[in-house]
Amino acid sequence: MTIAELEKPLDPASWNIQTSMPKLTALTMSAELEELAERRPELVVLTADLASSNGLDSFQRRFPDRFINTGIAEQNMMSIAAGLAASGHIAYVSTFASFASLLCAEQVRTDLAYTRQKVRILSHHAGISMGFYGTSHHAVEDIAITRAMGHMTVVSACDGNAIRGLIRSTIDIDGPVYIRIGRGAEKPVYDAVPDFTHGRFRTLRDGRDATIIATGIGVKAALDAADILADSAPRLSVRVLDAAYIKPIDADAIRAAARETGAILTVEEHNPHGGLGGAVAEILAEGGIAVRFARHALPDEYALVAPPTHLYRHYGLTGDGIATALRTLIGR
Amino acid sequence: MDNAILPRNRAADPRMLEKKADWIRLETIRLVEIAKSGHYSSVFSCAEMFAALYYHTLRLKPADPRWPDRDRFLLGKGHAAIGQYPILAELGYFPEDWLDTYTRLGSPLGDHPDMNKVPGCDFSSGSIGHNLSVGVGMALAARLQQRDFLTWVMIGDGELAEGQVWEAAMAAGHYGLSNLIGIVDANGMGLDGNTEDVMNIEPIAAKFESFGWSTNEIDGHDMQAVLAAFDRAQQSDRPHMIVARTKKGKGVGFMETTPYWHLGFLGPADKAVAVAEIQERLDA
Repeated sequence: MTIAELEKPLDPASWNIQTSMPKLTALTMSAELEELAERRPELVVLTADLASSNGLDSFQRRFPDRFINTGIAEQNMMSIAAGLAASGHIAYVSTFASFASLLCAEQVRTDLAYTRQKVRILSHHAGISMGFYGTSHHAVEDIAITRAMGHMTVVSACDGNAIRGLIRSTIDIDGPVYIRIGRGAEKPVYDAVPDFTHGRFRTLRDGRDATIIATGIGVKAALDAADILADSAPRLSVRVLDAAYIKPIDADAIRAAARETGAILTVEEHNPHGGLGGAVAEILAEGGIAVRFARHALPDEYALVAPPTHLYRHYGLTGDGIATALRTLIGR
Repeated sequence: MDNAILPRNRAADPRMLEKKADWIRLETIRLVEIAKSGHYSSVFSCAEMFAALYYHTLRLKPADPRWPDRDRFLLGKGHAAIGQYPILAELGYFPEDWLDTYTRLGSPLGDHPDMNKVPGCDFSSGSIGHNLSVGVGMALAARLQQRDFLTWVMIGDGELAEGQVWEAAMAAGHYGLSNLIGIVDANGMGLDGNTEDVMNIEPIAAKFESFGWSTNEIDGHDMQAVLAAFDRAQQSDRPHMIVARTKKGKGVGFMETTPYWHLGFLGPADKAVAVAEIQERLDA
């Protein structure tokens, strides 16, 4: 089929992968990588037959020689990226988070982390954002898995500008970086590309009564929750932190939140074990810090199928759900 | 510091290379003595090829192990690293007394090679099946950077049961990587017996050819054949796979008949028999 045929006008009710891409405004990887590639000749991009689902086909058109499609062979892609990085490249690999973290866990651990390669894993459609595609396409264990790997940096983007900021701020890290990314439909949290600092959360809103430490889609939902809690009785003043860096984690911000607000709720689109909540709990427990604390995560089970927004409502990963969880935590 | 480059395909007397292979066997026996456990027969099957690669074929710069234009050698069957370490030490990549620390607490030299601890090791290995993919990445890097280094990857025949090998084979064929050369050390045995009984992977050469590789099949203990195959592989216009038919435990009679010396330890009496057999050839 020719490009012209592909691009012929469709019935307005129709859509396909190509026509739907422009709607996924939060999938900003390609835009950022195209900018970086202009001044970083060592940058290469790999995908496993998903360039038209993650938008990296744009990079491919602009830098065809620096784009490698391995076909549906994710493990091969990870190890090829290791070979490229060991030869002086910075390699960005991209695939669904379920494949990047679970299917490829061993290649990531042994070929990228152990050997400390400059490979950045663009792990998109994380959490349950694949909705009714089901458990094979969900990734609710990836933070726990990658956080347990030595030499690994783990970051998590809450919107399109955060993706760009995290790609930018991690480009020169010595060792692999796991970049957790959603499905591209995330509502904006940042109105410009934020300047992330290595190992630091970002304070999006200050507050006195409690702190929500959220990551990924949980960040926007946490801001919504803070609005709800500020406007309903009894009114609560809630601090909201974007846990963009999960490893290394911002221990100072966690301790300050405990000391200054007395209650911490973590929010993540992940299994309750080993994720952001676990990482925060480790800092609190090792610091001997007594604080009201709860993890607002997905249950320790496999998610139902439904459109993603329906799932987020069902599992309480919304402003209302988080507000209710916070009131339960602090008892008012 | 001696900054010499060892050129590719440098002159080497085949008889000298055969002696190097037997020296590798003796060194392997010596190092296993330190660890009290080791992969004798996995080294013995590829000892001639180790000797040919390091003392004839590969372009190397031991004083600068990460020299960008060096030829790469990846040992997919990482458990044979014990036979690679004495060569790297002798070539000057690291002090020979490192060998005496083999597998002891904090040693850079473990059973499987670590690229960040062992100068001259181009990539870590240990998990069977990964390194042909890594080699594809290195060959792609050479093409992107317009460098003429070659990437050699030695894998075992048992390793061919790993699916990732075939993902890599497909990719190398697809990308037409004429700068990638594979060697299958087809010693015919895995841990549990003959590969043809445990999981048949034959016909090996035909499989790679169907993936777009050129191939040739040799006796991996015949030094003339090894040298000819290594020279020929460099002339291919596509990825090339040398299927080297070898004997696991080659060079020590009582090790050649069973798969169980894949991993083991020789007590003093058996060690004396093995060493005497190898030494007799060296003295001939």
